[in-house]
Amino acid sequence: MRINSLLLSILLLSGCSSTALRGTGDLGVVIERANGKVQIVETSVRSVLGEVAELGDLSHATVEFSRDERYAYVFGRDGGLTKVDLLTRSIVKRVIQSGNSIGGAISSDGKLIAAANYTPGGVKFFRSDTLEQVADIPAIGADGKQSKVVGLVDAPGNRFVYSLYDGGEIWTVDMQDTAHPVISKFSGIGKEPYDGVLTPNSRYYIAGLFGEDGLALLDLWHPEKGVKRILGNYGKGEQKLPVFKMPHLEGWGFYEHYAFVPGVGRHEVVIIDMDSWTAAGAIPVASQPVFVVGQPGSSHIWVNFAFPDNGVVQVIDAAERKIIKTLQPGNAVLHMEFTPRGENVWISARDSDKLVVYDSATFATVQELPSAKPSGIFFTPRAHRIGW
Amino acid sequence: MRNSLFKIGVLALALLLPAASRAEASTGAAPDAARQAVLVNMVREDCGSCHGLTLKGGLGPALLPDALKGKDAASLQLTILYGRAGTPMPPWNRFLSDTEASWIVEKLLQGFPDAH
Ligand code: HEC
Repeated sequence: MRINSLLLSILLLSGCSSTALRGTGDLGVVIERANGKVQIVETSVRSVLGEVAELGDLSHATVEFSRDERYAYVFGRDGGLTKVDLLTRSIVKRVIQSGNSIGGAISSDGKLIAAANYTPGGVKFFRSDTLEQVADIPAIGADGKQSKVVGLVDAPGNRFVYSLYDGGEIWTVDMQDTAHPVISKFSGIGKEPYDGVLTPNSRYYIAGLFGEDGLALLDLWHPEKGVKRILGNYGKGEQKLPVFKMPHLEGWGFYEHYAFVPGVGRHEVVIIDMDSWTAAGAIPVASQPVFVVGQPGSSHIWVNFAFPDNGVVQVIDAAERKIIKTLQPGNAVLHMEFTPRGENVWISARDSDKLVVYDSATFATVQELPSAKPSGIFFTPRAHRIGW
Repeated sequence: MRNSLFKIGVLALALLLPAASRAEASTGAAPDAARQAVLVNMVREDCGSCHGLTLKGGLGPALLPDALKGKDAASLQLTILYGRAGTPMPPWNRFLSDTEASWIVEKLLQGFPDAH
Protein backbone atom coordinates (compact mmCIF):
# COMPACT_ATOMS: atom_id res chain seq x y z
CA MET A 1 0.00 0.00 0.00
CA ARG A 2 2.66 2.46 1.06
CA ILE A 3 4.91 1.29 -1.71
CA ASN A 4 2.09 1.81 -4.15
CA SER A 5 1.54 5.39 -3.17
CA LEU A 6 5.27 6.04 -3.29
CA LEU A 7 5.37 4.59 -6.76
CA LEU A 8 2.40 6.67 -7.73
CA SER A 9 3.97 9.87 -6.52
CA ILE A 10 7.19 9.08 -8.37
CA LEU A 11 5.15 8.51 -11.50
CA LEU A 12 3.30 11.75 -10.97
CA LEU A 13 6.48 13.67 -10.35
CA SER A 14 8.23 12.40 -13.43
CA GLY A 15 5.05 12.87 -15.40
CA CYS A 16 4.80 16.60 -14.80
CA SER A 17 8.26 17.39 -16.10
CA SER A 18 9.70 16.22 -19.36
CA THR A 19 13.14 15.74 -17.84
CA ALA A 20 14.37 13.83 -14.81
CA LEU A 21 15.17 15.72 -11.65
CA ARG A 22 18.61 17.27 -11.80
CA GLY A 23 20.70 19.91 -10.10
CA THR A 24 21.94 23.06 -11.80
CA GLY A 25 25.45 23.39 -10.39
CA ASP A 26 27.06 22.06 -13.57
CA LEU A 27 24.96 24.07 -16.00
CA GLY A 28 25.93 27.04 -18.09
CA VAL A 29 24.71 29.48 -20.69
CA VAL A 30 26.46 30.19 -23.98
CA ILE A 31 25.52 33.27 -25.96
CA GLU A 32 24.98 32.59 -29.66
CA ARG A 33 25.25 36.18 -30.64
CA ALA A 34 24.22 36.05 -34.26
CA ASN A 35 20.78 34.54 -33.85
CA GLY A 36 19.54 35.83 -30.51
CA LYS A 37 19.70 32.43 -28.85
CA VAL A 38 21.44 30.97 -25.84
CA GLN A 39 22.58 27.39 -25.50
CA ILE A 40 22.12 25.66 -22.18
CA VAL A 41 25.15 23.45 -21.60
CA GLU A 42 26.32 21.12 -18.85
CA THR A 43 29.93 20.61 -17.84
CA SER A 44 29.86 17.08 -16.37
CA VAL A 45 29.41 15.08 -19.56
CA ARG A 46 30.08 18.27 -21.56
CA SER A 47 27.10 18.60 -23.83
CA VAL A 48 24.53 21.04 -25.12
CA LEU A 49 21.19 20.35 -23.43
CA GLY A 50 19.15 22.69 -25.55
CA GLU A 51 18.53 26.24 -26.69
CA VAL A 52 16.39 29.18 -25.73
CA ALA A 53 15.50 31.58 -28.54
CA GLU A 54 14.02 35.05 -29.02
CA LEU A 55 16.42 36.91 -26.75
CA GLY A 56 17.04 39.84 -29.11
CA ASP A 57 20.40 41.45 -29.96
CA LEU A 58 22.97 39.52 -27.99
CA SER A 59 26.15 41.24 -29.08
CA HIS A 60 28.16 41.85 -25.93
CA ALA A 61 25.56 40.06 -23.81
CA THR A 62 26.27 39.08 -20.22
CA VAL A 63 24.58 36.72 -17.80
CA GLU A 64 23.95 36.66 -14.06
CA PHE A 65 22.49 33.75 -12.09
CA SER A 66 19.93 33.55 -9.31
CA ARG A 67 21.32 32.39 -5.99
CA ASP A 68 19.58 29.02 -6.38
CA GLU A 69 21.33 28.66 -9.73
CA ARG A 70 18.08 27.87 -11.46
CA TYR A 71 17.57 31.08 -13.40
CA ALA A 72 19.83 32.99 -15.75
CA TYR A 73 19.35 36.71 -16.31
CA VAL A 74 20.53 37.60 -19.79
CA PHE A 75 21.40 41.24 -20.52
CA GLY A 76 21.30 42.04 -24.25
CA ARG A 77 22.64 44.93 -26.26
CA ASP A 78 19.15 45.99 -27.22
CA GLY A 79 18.36 46.70 -23.56
CA GLY A 80 16.50 43.42 -23.17
CA LEU A 81 16.64 41.72 -19.78
CA THR A 82 15.46 38.12 -19.95
CA LYS A 83 14.95 35.66 -17.13
CA VAL A 84 15.57 32.14 -18.39
CA ASP A 85 14.70 28.94 -16.54
CA LEU A 86 17.69 26.64 -17.01
CA LEU A 87 15.71 23.51 -16.16
CA THR A 88 12.71 23.97 -18.41
CA ARG A 89 14.86 25.91 -20.87
CA SER A 90 12.26 28.56 -21.40
CA ILE A 91 11.80 32.29 -20.95
CA VAL A 92 10.14 33.16 -17.65
CA LYS A 93 9.95 36.88 -18.29
CA ARG A 94 11.45 39.41 -20.65
CA VAL A 95 11.50 43.20 -20.38
CA ILE A 96 13.07 45.84 -22.59
CA GLN A 97 14.59 48.04 -19.96
CA SER A 98 16.64 50.54 -21.99
CA GLY A 99 17.85 51.31 -25.48
CA ASN A 100 21.33 49.89 -25.13
CA SER A 101 22.67 47.83 -22.28
CA ILE A 102 26.14 46.68 -21.38
CA GLY A 103 26.03 44.50 -18.31
CA GLY A 104 24.44 43.50 -15.10
CA ALA A 105 24.87 42.38 -11.53
CA ILE A 106 22.84 40.68 -8.83
CA SER A 107 22.66 41.87 -5.21
CA SER A 108 24.21 39.95 -2.31
CA ASP A 109 20.76 38.87 -1.10
CA GLY A 110 19.79 37.80 -4.61
CA LYS A 111 16.67 39.97 -4.63
CA LEU A 112 17.82 42.72 -6.97
CA ILE A 113 19.07 42.74 -10.52
CA ALA A 114 20.99 45.80 -11.68
CA ALA A 115 21.38 46.63 -15.36
CA ALA A 116 24.06 49.03 -16.61
CA ASN A 117 23.07 51.02 -19.66
CA TYR A 118 24.71 53.05 -22.39
CA THR A 119 21.63 54.83 -23.72
CA PRO A 120 20.19 56.39 -21.78
CA GLY A 121 23.21 56.08 -19.52
CA GLY A 122 22.46 54.87 -16.02
CA VAL A 123 21.63 51.89 -13.87
CA LYS A 124 18.19 50.39 -13.38
CA PHE A 125 17.23 48.00 -10.62
CA PHE A 126 14.67 45.20 -10.86
CA ARG A 127 13.18 42.63 -8.55
CA SER A 128 14.83 39.35 -9.45
CA ASP A 129 11.60 37.39 -9.13
CA THR A 130 9.25 39.53 -11.24
CA LEU A 131 11.66 41.84 -13.11
CA GLU A 132 9.54 44.72 -11.89
CA GLN A 133 11.60 47.94 -11.87
CA VAL A 134 12.32 49.31 -8.39
CA ALA A 135 14.78 52.12 -9.07
CA ASP A 136 16.35 54.08 -11.90
CA ILE A 137 19.54 56.06 -11.35
CA PRO A 138 20.55 58.11 -14.39
CA ALA A 139 24.32 58.53 -14.66
CA ILE A 140 24.53 62.29 -14.78
CA GLY A 141 28.10 63.26 -14.05
CA ALA A 142 29.53 66.34 -12.37
CA ASP A 143 29.71 67.83 -15.88
CA GLY A 144 25.91 67.70 -16.05
CA LYS A 145 25.95 65.20 -18.91
CA GLN A 146 24.49 61.72 -19.04
CA SER A 147 27.20 59.09 -19.31
CA LYS A 148 27.51 55.50 -20.45
CA VAL A 149 27.86 53.13 -17.51
CA VAL A 150 30.59 50.46 -17.47
CA GLY A 151 32.19 48.11 -14.97
CA LEU A 152 29.10 47.40 -12.86
CA VAL A 153 29.76 44.94 -10.03
CA ASP A 154 27.91 43.90 -6.90
CA ALA A 155 29.60 44.44 -3.55
CA PRO A 156 28.71 43.01 -0.13
CA GLY A 157 25.74 44.52 1.69
CA ASN A 158 23.50 44.96 -1.35
CA ARG A 159 25.81 47.58 -2.75
CA PHE A 160 26.75 48.11 -6.36
CA VAL A 161 29.75 49.89 -7.83
CA TYR A 162 30.17 51.18 -11.38
CA SER A 163 31.98 53.72 -13.53
CA LEU A 164 30.86 56.53 -15.82
CA TYR A 165 32.70 56.17 -19.12
CA ASP A 166 32.12 59.68 -20.47
CA GLY A 167 32.11 61.46 -17.13
CA GLY A 168 35.15 59.76 -15.60
CA GLU A 169 33.51 58.92 -12.27
CA ILE A 170 32.99 55.98 -9.93
CA TRP A 171 29.67 55.64 -8.12
CA THR A 172 28.68 53.34 -5.31
CA VAL A 173 25.01 52.68 -4.61
CA ASP A 174 23.75 51.16 -1.40
CA MET A 175 20.44 49.42 -2.13
CA GLN A 176 19.76 48.16 1.39
CA ASP A 177 16.57 50.22 1.29
CA THR A 178 15.40 50.02 -2.30
CA ALA A 179 13.12 53.02 -1.89
CA HIS A 180 16.04 55.17 -0.78
CA PRO A 181 19.23 54.29 -2.64
CA VAL A 182 22.31 55.90 -1.07
CA ILE A 183 24.64 57.08 -3.80
CA SER A 184 28.27 58.14 -3.32
CA LYS A 185 30.02 59.76 -6.26
CA PHE A 186 33.73 60.06 -6.94
CA SER A 187 34.55 62.38 -9.80
CA GLY A 188 37.75 63.13 -11.67
CA ILE A 189 38.92 59.53 -11.43
CA GLY A 190 40.51 59.62 -14.91
CA LYS A 191 39.54 59.69 -18.56
CA GLU A 192 37.29 57.01 -20.04
CA PRO A 193 37.11 54.19 -17.52
CA TYR A 194 36.29 51.19 -19.74
CA ASP A 195 35.62 48.45 -17.18
CA GLY A 196 35.83 47.74 -13.48
CA VAL A 197 36.53 44.81 -11.23
CA LEU A 198 36.38 43.85 -7.56
CA THR A 199 39.46 42.23 -6.00
CA PRO A 200 38.89 38.70 -4.66
CA ASN A 201 38.63 39.99 -1.07
CA SER A 202 35.83 42.35 -2.23
CA ARG A 203 37.67 45.29 -0.74
CA TYR A 204 38.96 47.23 -3.75
CA TYR A 205 37.12 48.33 -6.86
CA ILE A 206 39.45 49.04 -9.72
CA ALA A 207 38.51 50.78 -12.95
CA GLY A 208 40.77 50.50 -15.99
CA LEU A 209 41.27 53.74 -17.90
CA PHE A 210 41.30 53.97 -21.66
CA GLY A 211 41.80 57.71 -22.14
CA GLU A 212 44.89 57.98 -19.96
CA ASP A 213 47.50 55.85 -18.25
CA GLY A 214 46.84 53.83 -15.15
CA LEU A 215 43.85 52.60 -13.19
CA ALA A 216 41.53 54.12 -10.58
CA LEU A 217 41.35 52.42 -7.18
CA LEU A 218 38.58 52.74 -4.61
CA ASP A 219 38.91 51.13 -1.17
CA LEU A 220 35.32 50.12 -0.36
CA TRP A 221 36.23 49.73 3.31
CA HIS A 222 37.50 53.32 3.36
CA PRO A 223 35.54 55.23 0.76
CA GLU A 224 36.26 58.44 2.68
CA LYS A 225 39.83 58.20 1.39
CA GLY A 226 38.55 58.72 -2.11
CA VAL A 227 39.73 57.31 -5.42
CA LYS A 228 43.45 56.94 -5.93
CA ARG A 229 45.23 56.67 -9.27
CA ILE A 230 47.58 53.74 -9.56
CA LEU A 231 50.19 53.03 -12.23
CA GLY A 232 49.60 56.57 -13.51
CA ASN A 233 53.15 56.78 -14.81
CA TYR A 234 53.18 53.31 -16.29
CA GLY A 235 54.59 53.47 -19.81
CA LYS A 236 54.29 57.25 -19.91
CA GLY A 237 55.44 58.81 -23.13
CA GLU A 238 55.44 55.51 -24.99
CA GLN A 239 53.45 55.26 -28.19
CA LYS A 240 50.29 53.22 -27.62
CA LEU A 241 49.26 50.64 -30.18
CA PRO A 242 45.76 50.75 -31.64
CA VAL A 243 43.16 48.76 -29.69
CA PHE A 244 40.85 46.84 -32.01
CA LYS A 245 38.74 45.51 -29.17
CA MET A 246 38.28 46.87 -25.69
CA PRO A 247 39.90 44.78 -22.97
CA HIS A 248 37.82 43.41 -20.11
CA LEU A 249 38.69 43.33 -16.46
CA GLU A 250 36.22 40.72 -15.28
CA GLY A 251 37.90 37.56 -14.11
CA TRP A 252 41.41 38.96 -14.28
CA GLY A 253 44.20 36.91 -12.81
CA PHE A 254 45.26 37.13 -9.21
CA TYR A 255 48.29 35.29 -7.91
CA GLU A 256 49.63 35.78 -4.38
CA HIS A 257 49.49 39.53 -3.89
CA TYR A 258 49.80 40.27 -7.58
CA ALA A 259 47.09 41.14 -10.04
CA PHE A 260 47.52 40.52 -13.75
CA VAL A 261 45.69 42.98 -16.00
CA PRO A 262 45.50 43.61 -19.74
CA GLY A 263 47.82 46.38 -20.91
CA VAL A 264 45.87 48.99 -22.87
CA GLY A 265 47.42 49.71 -26.25
CA ARG A 266 50.29 47.43 -25.32
CA HIS A 267 50.93 43.83 -26.13
CA GLU A 268 51.54 42.83 -22.56
CA VAL A 269 49.93 41.66 -19.37
CA VAL A 270 50.77 44.15 -16.65
CA ILE A 271 51.49 42.94 -13.12
CA ILE A 272 50.30 45.02 -10.18
CA ASP A 273 51.60 44.58 -6.62
CA MET A 274 48.45 44.81 -4.53
CA ASP A 275 50.35 45.61 -1.32
CA SER A 276 51.93 48.77 -2.65
CA TRP A 277 49.61 49.26 -5.65
CA THR A 278 52.56 49.80 -7.93
CA ALA A 279 53.64 48.19 -11.19
CA ALA A 280 55.58 45.01 -10.58
CA GLY A 281 56.52 44.03 -14.11
CA ALA A 282 54.91 42.96 -17.36
CA ILE A 283 54.77 39.88 -19.53
CA PRO A 284 55.01 40.37 -23.29
CA VAL A 285 52.21 38.50 -25.06
CA ALA A 286 50.98 37.87 -28.62
CA SER A 287 48.81 40.97 -28.99
CA GLN A 288 46.37 43.29 -27.17
CA PRO A 289 44.94 41.16 -24.34
CA VAL A 290 41.15 41.12 -23.93
CA PHE A 291 40.52 38.70 -21.05
CA VAL A 292 43.20 37.78 -18.52
CA VAL A 293 41.66 34.99 -16.47
CA GLY A 294 43.13 33.06 -13.58
CA GLN A 295 42.61 29.30 -13.56
CA PRO A 296 41.03 28.27 -10.24
CA GLY A 297 43.46 26.46 -7.96
CA SER A 298 46.48 27.13 -10.13
CA SER A 299 49.17 29.67 -10.93
CA HIS A 300 48.09 29.61 -14.57
CA ILE A 301 46.51 32.62 -16.23
CA TRP A 302 44.84 32.37 -19.61
CA VAL A 303 44.81 35.27 -22.05
CA ASN A 304 42.91 35.89 -25.27
CA PHE A 305 43.44 38.72 -27.72
CA ALA A 306 41.86 41.45 -29.81
CA PHE A 307 41.43 41.41 -33.58
CA PRO A 308 43.44 40.47 -35.66
CA ASP A 309 45.23 38.05 -33.31
CA ASN A 310 42.06 36.59 -31.88
CA GLY A 311 42.75 33.03 -32.99
CA VAL A 312 45.31 32.58 -30.24
CA VAL A 313 45.13 31.87 -26.51
CA GLN A 314 48.23 32.05 -24.34
CA VAL A 315 48.74 30.53 -20.92
CA ILE A 316 51.03 32.31 -18.46
CA ASP A 317 52.54 30.78 -15.37
CA ALA A 318 52.15 33.60 -12.86
CA ALA A 319 54.85 32.25 -10.57
CA GLU A 320 57.42 32.11 -13.35
CA ARG A 321 55.99 35.10 -15.19
CA LYS A 322 56.31 33.52 -18.58
CA ILE A 323 54.19 32.03 -21.33
CA ILE A 324 54.08 28.27 -21.02
CA LYS A 325 51.64 27.45 -23.80
CA THR A 326 50.15 28.98 -26.95
CA LEU A 327 46.92 27.44 -28.21
CA GLN A 328 44.87 27.95 -31.36
CA PRO A 329 41.32 26.97 -30.46
CA GLY A 330 39.74 28.43 -33.62
CA ASN A 331 38.91 31.72 -35.30
CA ALA A 332 37.87 34.75 -33.26
CA VAL A 333 38.18 33.50 -29.70
CA LEU A 334 35.89 35.69 -27.63
CA HIS A 335 35.64 34.21 -24.16
CA MET A 336 37.03 31.64 -21.73
CA GLU A 337 35.18 30.17 -18.77
CA PHE A 338 36.59 27.72 -16.25
CA THR A 339 34.64 24.99 -14.56
CA PRO A 340 34.63 25.94 -10.85
CA ARG A 341 37.50 23.64 -9.90
CA GLY A 342 39.50 24.66 -12.95
CA GLU A 343 39.99 21.23 -14.52
CA ASN A 344 38.44 22.35 -17.79
CA VAL A 345 38.21 25.62 -19.63
CA TRP A 346 35.54 26.28 -22.23
CA ILE A 347 36.52 28.59 -25.07
CA SER A 348 34.25 30.17 -27.67
CA ALA A 349 35.59 30.49 -31.20
CA ARG A 350 33.07 32.76 -32.90
CA ASP A 351 34.14 32.49 -36.53
CA SER A 352 34.67 28.73 -36.26
CA ASP A 353 31.13 28.35 -34.86
CA LYS A 354 32.28 26.10 -32.07
CA LEU A 355 33.07 25.72 -28.39
CA VAL A 356 36.34 24.05 -27.52
CA VAL A 357 36.85 22.46 -24.11
CA TYR A 358 40.41 21.97 -22.89
CA ASP A 359 41.82 19.84 -20.13
CA SER A 360 43.71 22.59 -18.32
CA ALA A 361 46.38 20.21 -17.01
CA THR A 362 47.37 18.65 -20.33
CA PHE A 363 46.11 21.35 -22.74
CA ALA A 364 44.44 18.55 -24.70
CA THR A 365 41.12 19.25 -26.38
CA VAL A 366 38.57 17.08 -24.62
CA GLN A 367 35.45 18.24 -26.45
CA GLU A 368 34.26 20.37 -29.32
CA LEU A 369 30.64 21.44 -29.56
CA PRO A 370 28.90 23.25 -32.41
CA SER A 371 27.63 26.74 -31.56
CA ALA A 372 26.40 29.54 -33.85
CA LYS A 373 28.78 32.48 -33.46
CA PRO A 374 29.34 31.88 -29.76
CA SER A 375 30.54 34.73 -27.56
CA GLY A 376 30.18 34.73 -23.76
CA ILE A 377 30.18 31.49 -21.74
CA PHE A 378 28.76 31.63 -18.21
CA PHE A 379 28.60 28.81 -15.66
CA THR A 380 26.13 28.81 -12.77
CA PRO A 381 28.73 28.85 -9.93
CA ARG A 382 29.10 32.55 -10.76
CA ALA A 383 25.93 32.88 -8.67
CA HIS A 384 28.04 32.58 -5.54
CA ARG A 385 30.91 34.81 -6.45
CA ILE A 386 31.00 38.37 -5.17
CA GLY A 387 31.54 40.99 -7.83
CA TRP A 388 31.04 38.73 -10.87
CA MET B 1 59.66 76.40 -46.59
CA ARG B 2 60.17 74.11 -43.69
CA ASN B 3 56.49 73.96 -43.17
CA SER B 4 55.72 72.89 -46.71
CA LEU B 5 58.49 70.32 -46.68
CA PHE B 6 56.98 68.91 -43.54
CA LYS B 7 53.59 68.82 -45.19
CA ILE B 8 54.99 66.97 -48.17
CA GLY B 9 56.64 64.51 -45.83
CA VAL B 10 53.38 63.87 -44.02
CA LEU B 11 51.54 63.49 -47.30
CA ALA B 12 54.10 61.06 -48.62
CA LEU B 13 53.89 59.10 -45.40
CA ALA B 14 50.12 59.02 -45.53
CA LEU B 15 50.27 57.77 -49.09
CA LEU B 16 53.05 55.29 -48.60
CA LEU B 17 52.36 53.74 -45.23
CA PRO B 18 48.96 52.26 -45.81
CA ALA B 19 49.91 50.95 -49.23
CA ALA B 20 53.01 49.28 -47.87
CA SER B 21 51.29 47.60 -44.96
CA ARG B 22 48.33 46.41 -46.97
CA ALA B 23 49.93 43.62 -48.88
CA GLU B 24 46.83 41.48 -49.37
CA ALA B 25 44.16 44.16 -49.52
CA SER B 26 42.79 44.83 -52.98
CA THR B 27 43.81 48.03 -54.70
CA GLY B 28 41.54 49.91 -57.05
CA ALA B 29 38.70 47.56 -57.86
CA ALA B 30 35.54 47.22 -55.78
CA PRO B 31 35.61 44.18 -53.49
CA ASP B 32 34.38 40.97 -55.15
CA ALA B 33 31.55 38.89 -53.67
CA ALA B 34 33.82 36.73 -51.51
CA ARG B 35 35.64 39.73 -50.12
CA GLN B 36 32.32 41.52 -49.55
CA ALA B 37 31.19 38.63 -47.37
CA VAL B 38 34.40 38.93 -45.33
CA LEU B 39 33.87 42.68 -44.97
CA VAL B 40 30.24 42.28 -43.91
CA ASN B 41 31.27 39.78 -41.24
CA MET B 42 34.08 42.06 -40.12
CA VAL B 43 31.85 45.12 -39.80
CA ARG B 44 29.07 43.25 -38.00
CA GLU B 45 31.38 41.34 -35.67
CA ASP B 46 34.62 43.26 -35.19
CA CYS B 47 33.33 46.80 -35.64
CA GLY B 48 30.25 45.52 -33.84
CA SER B 49 32.25 44.94 -30.65
CA CYS B 50 32.18 48.72 -30.22
CA HIS B 51 29.35 49.85 -32.51
CA GLY B 52 26.98 46.93 -31.76
CA LEU B 53 26.18 43.93 -33.93
CA THR B 54 23.16 45.80 -35.25
CA LEU B 55 25.30 48.97 -35.51
CA LYS B 56 22.89 50.73 -33.18
CA GLY B 57 25.84 51.94 -31.15
CA GLY B 58 27.71 50.83 -28.07
CA LEU B 59 30.89 52.36 -26.83
CA GLY B 60 31.15 53.85 -30.31
CA PRO B 61 28.27 55.80 -31.91
CA ALA B 62 25.50 54.29 -34.05
CA LEU B 63 26.48 53.64 -37.67
CA LEU B 64 22.94 53.40 -39.00
CA PRO B 65 21.86 55.47 -42.03
CA ASP B 66 19.87 57.86 -39.83
CA ALA B 67 22.83 58.52 -37.57
CA LEU B 68 25.22 59.06 -40.47
CA LYS B 69 22.82 61.06 -42.64
CA GLY B 70 24.40 64.24 -43.92
CA LYS B 71 27.91 63.25 -42.90
CA ASP B 72 30.64 63.52 -45.47
CA ALA B 73 31.41 60.10 -46.97
CA ALA B 74 35.06 60.96 -47.58
CA SER B 75 35.64 61.95 -43.98
CA LEU B 76 33.88 58.81 -42.71
CA GLN B 77 36.19 56.81 -44.95
CA LEU B 78 39.19 58.59 -43.43
CA THR B 79 37.88 57.87 -39.94
CA ILE B 80 37.72 54.17 -40.79
CA LEU B 81 41.16 54.09 -42.36
CA TYR B 82 43.03 56.24 -39.88
CA GLY B 83 40.87 56.13 -36.74
CA ARG B 84 40.28 59.14 -34.51
CA ALA B 85 43.18 60.05 -32.29
CA GLY B 86 42.22 60.57 -28.67
CA THR B 87 39.19 58.28 -28.97
CA PRO B 88 38.96 54.47 -28.96
CA MET B 89 38.25 54.44 -32.74
CA PRO B 90 41.32 52.62 -34.11
CA PRO B 91 42.82 52.85 -37.63
CA TRP B 92 41.87 49.97 -39.93
CA ASN B 93 44.18 50.75 -42.86
CA ARG B 94 46.27 47.66 -42.07
CA PHE B 95 43.25 45.55 -42.96
CA LEU B 96 41.23 47.62 -45.43
CA SER B 97 42.11 49.29 -48.71
CA ASP B 98 40.79 52.76 -49.57
CA THR B 99 38.19 51.23 -51.90
CA GLU B 100 37.09 48.75 -49.28
CA ALA B 101 36.67 51.51 -46.71
CA SER B 102 34.64 53.55 -49.16
CA TRP B 103 32.54 50.47 -50.02
CA ILE B 104 31.84 50.07 -46.27
CA VAL B 105 30.85 53.75 -45.98
CA GLU B 106 28.55 53.45 -49.00
CA LYS B 107 26.86 50.39 -47.47
CA LEU B 108 26.62 52.02 -44.03
CA LEU B 109 24.90 55.04 -45.56
CA GLN B 110 22.43 52.78 -47.39
CA GLY B 111 21.83 50.41 -44.49
CA PHE B 112 24.42 47.72 -43.89
CA PRO B 113 23.71 44.23 -45.29
CA ASP B 114 23.21 41.26 -42.94
CA ALA B 115 25.80 38.55 -42.50
CA HIS B 116 23.77 35.92 -44.31
C1 HEC C 1 37.50 49.77 -30.01
C2 HEC C 1 36.22 50.33 -30.35
C3 HEC C 1 35.88 50.57 -31.81
C4 HEC C 1 35.98 49.68 -32.85
C5 HEC C 1 36.42 48.23 -32.80
C6 HEC C 1 35.50 50.38 -34.02
N1 HEC C 1 35.12 51.65 -33.69
FE1 HEC C 1 34.42 53.05 -34.97
N2 HEC C 1 34.33 54.41 -33.46
C7 HEC C 1 34.61 54.14 -32.14
C8 HEC C 1 34.39 55.33 -31.36
C9 HEC C 1 34.55 55.46 -29.86
C10 HEC C 1 33.97 56.34 -32.26
C11 HEC C 1 33.62 57.79 -31.94
C12 HEC C 1 34.87 58.62 -32.05
C13 HEC C 1 34.62 60.05 -31.64
O1 HEC C 1 34.33 60.26 -30.46
O2 HEC C 1 34.69 60.91 -32.51
C14 HEC C 1 33.95 55.72 -33.58
C15 HEC C 1 33.59 56.38 -34.74
C16 HEC C 1 33.40 55.77 -35.97
C17 HEC C 1 32.87 56.42 -37.15
C18 HEC C 1 32.47 57.88 -37.26
C19 HEC C 1 31.03 57.99 -36.92
C20 HEC C 1 30.51 59.40 -36.98
O3 HEC C 1 29.31 59.56 -36.73
O4 HEC C 1 31.28 60.32 -37.24
C21 HEC C 1 32.81 55.48 -38.14
C22 HEC C 1 32.31 55.67 -39.57
C23 HEC C 1 33.30 54.25 -37.58
N3 HEC C 1 33.63 54.45 -36.27
C24 HEC C 1 33.36 53.05 -38.26
C25 HEC C 1 33.94 51.91 -37.76
C26 HEC C 1 34.19 50.72 -38.55
C27 HEC C 1 33.77 50.54 -40.01
C28 HEC C 1 34.80 49.84 -37.73
C29 HEC C 1 35.33 48.45 -38.08
C30 HEC C 1 36.14 48.33 -39.28
C31 HEC C 1 34.92 50.44 -36.42
N4 HEC C 1 34.40 51.70 -36.48
C32 HEC C 1 35.44 49.82 -35.29
C33 HEC C 1 35.05 52.94 -31.61
C34 HEC C 1 35.34 51.81 -32.35
